[in-house]
Amino acid sequence: MTEDEVIAELESGMTIGIGGWGSRRKPMALVRAIARSELSDLTIVSYGGPDVGLLCAVGKARKIVYGFVTLDSIPLEPHFRVARQNAAVDVSELDEGAFYLGLLAAAHRMPFYPTRAGLGSDMLTMNPNLKTVRSPYPGEDGLYEELVAIPAFDIDVSLLHMNRADTGGNGQFLGPDLYFDDLFAKASKRTFMSCEKIVPTENLLSEGTVHTLKVPRLFVDGVVELPRGAHFTECPPDYGRDEDFQKEYAATARDEKAWKDFRRRYIDVPSHDAYLKAVDTFRRNSL
Amino acid sequence: MSQSHLVESSTIDEICAVAIAEVFRGDGEILCNPIGVTPIIGGRLARATFEPDMVMTDAISVLAANIVPVGFDEAPRLIEAWMPYRDVFDIAWSGRRHVVMGASQIDCYGNQNLAAIGDWRKPKAQLLGLRGAPGNLVNHVTSYWLPQHSIRSFVPKVDVVSGPGYDRVEGLSKSVRENHEIRRVVSNLGVFDFQNEKKQMQVVSVHPGSSIEEIVDSTGFDLLVPDEISESRLPTVRELELIREVIDPKGLRKADFH
Repeated sequence: MTEDEVIAELESGMTIGIGGWGSRRKPMALVRAIARSELSDLTIVSYGGPDVGLLCAVGKARKIVYGFVTLDSIPLEPHFRVARQNAAVDVSELDEGAFYLGLLAAAHRMPFYPTRAGLGSDMLTMNPNLKTVRSPYPGEDGLYEELVAIPAFDIDVSLLHMNRADTGGNGQFLGPDLYFDDLFAKASKRTFMSCEKIVPTENLLSEGTVHTLKVPRLFVDGVVELPRGAHFTECPPDYGRDEDFQKEYAATARDEKAWKDFRRRYIDVPSHDAYLKAVDTFRRNSL
Repeated sequence: MSQSHLVESSTIDEICAVAIAEVFRGDGEILCNPIGVTPIIGGRLARATFEPDMVMTDAISVLAANIVPVGFDEAPRLIEAWMPYRDVFDIAWSGRRHVVMGASQIDCYGNQNLAAIGDWRKPKAQLLGLRGAPGNLVNHVTSYWLPQHSIRSFVPKVDVVSGPGYDRVEGLSKSVRENHEIRRVVSNLGVFDFQNEKKQMQVVSVHPGSSIEEIVDSTGFDLLVPDEISESRLPTVRELELIREVIDPKGLRKADFH
């Protein structure tokens, strides 16, 4: 597939899950393809990074469901900050662990999973649709404990970026953390995966152990090879975060003219290849 | 001079690192999970001295058994376990974890706000968010580090409750009440806890260089002040060596005190 063929599978109003974590191994090429598409009114479910900030900034997101939105080396995603302070998007902000349970419940086709996270905090105030449920089993004190019921996320399509994959959709992570990518794949109706490199199935074990093959084709509906497809987020061991470029992106949140220029240069470009050429020019100029 | 001798010439950043190390005293074999440079220095100091059984993450998905200096991404690590983010949640829910977090606002019951200033629907200032605070507080011990003690951070009422304080868990289940503990609050002026019947913030010690008057004036609610007030202890020779030469040779801790 190509990135635009993946985007052609999406529809306005859909709920899109995005793998990765903060500014780490995000399917940014696919996110940019959404940004330059005709899609609108999307609900984004993410351990958020620049995927969320960027889709807010280009006005594609109607609602964000998130555990956090960060650029890691920049603690709060600045485009997301602007969107929040203008109340430009609806939000469902969850405890980071509660978010995991929303994915897990969806992956297991359960209506909810219970947790104590949220009791006593404003998570319940900020999510008035969240209900509690009483344990059917008595505790040590003979009382039946009230727990928060985290409903299963209802995700239409998830987008992931992996280090390697085969053409059948078996995905491989070679970095230190899978994050929740396997759960995003299992939790959604369909999943599309970009990767640094498509390799023959018989080569999947030449760079990593069997433990790195955590996203089987059973849960993947299409693969697209997009080298540097996670740029500017990190994708170890293939590359680290492009901190200079991330700073450039972050700085545009407070400056409308700079944002327009950034958008023209890096987002409203015809393809991922054109983006990479523009990034290479940025790198040469910043040397 | 013996290794346990207290050093008068210690600076405030070092006194705070020791005060943070002290929050872990007695914790034993748990995940020590300080967030931010000064808390990380405090946690590593505690493990290097009086709490050797604690395990610690090092930001790249592993538990490192050696003392990793802050700010050295390439420093050698003695890896003792794989610890991707998903497993950190499992540990949090197991209760075997003590977090030190920041707080943009905190009130007399220890309610913490990391999320937003103003109405969360359209915040005046969007902050980091709830992050893991709602889950942390009802599962395991938490302490807070506030490097700028003022009436803007120590407030009568927080705008959003990320981590619930004692008044908010009072009516909850036995397990929540038993698992909830705000061990200490450490600021640039002093050390505080909630070890009293009212479960309200009280002064434990005043850092050298500060005073109880300064603390009271910098706090936006009525602090409980015991009759006898002690001074936060000074670092030992050994602790200073560890902070200055082993854990933070670049002096990154100074950035919290500008």
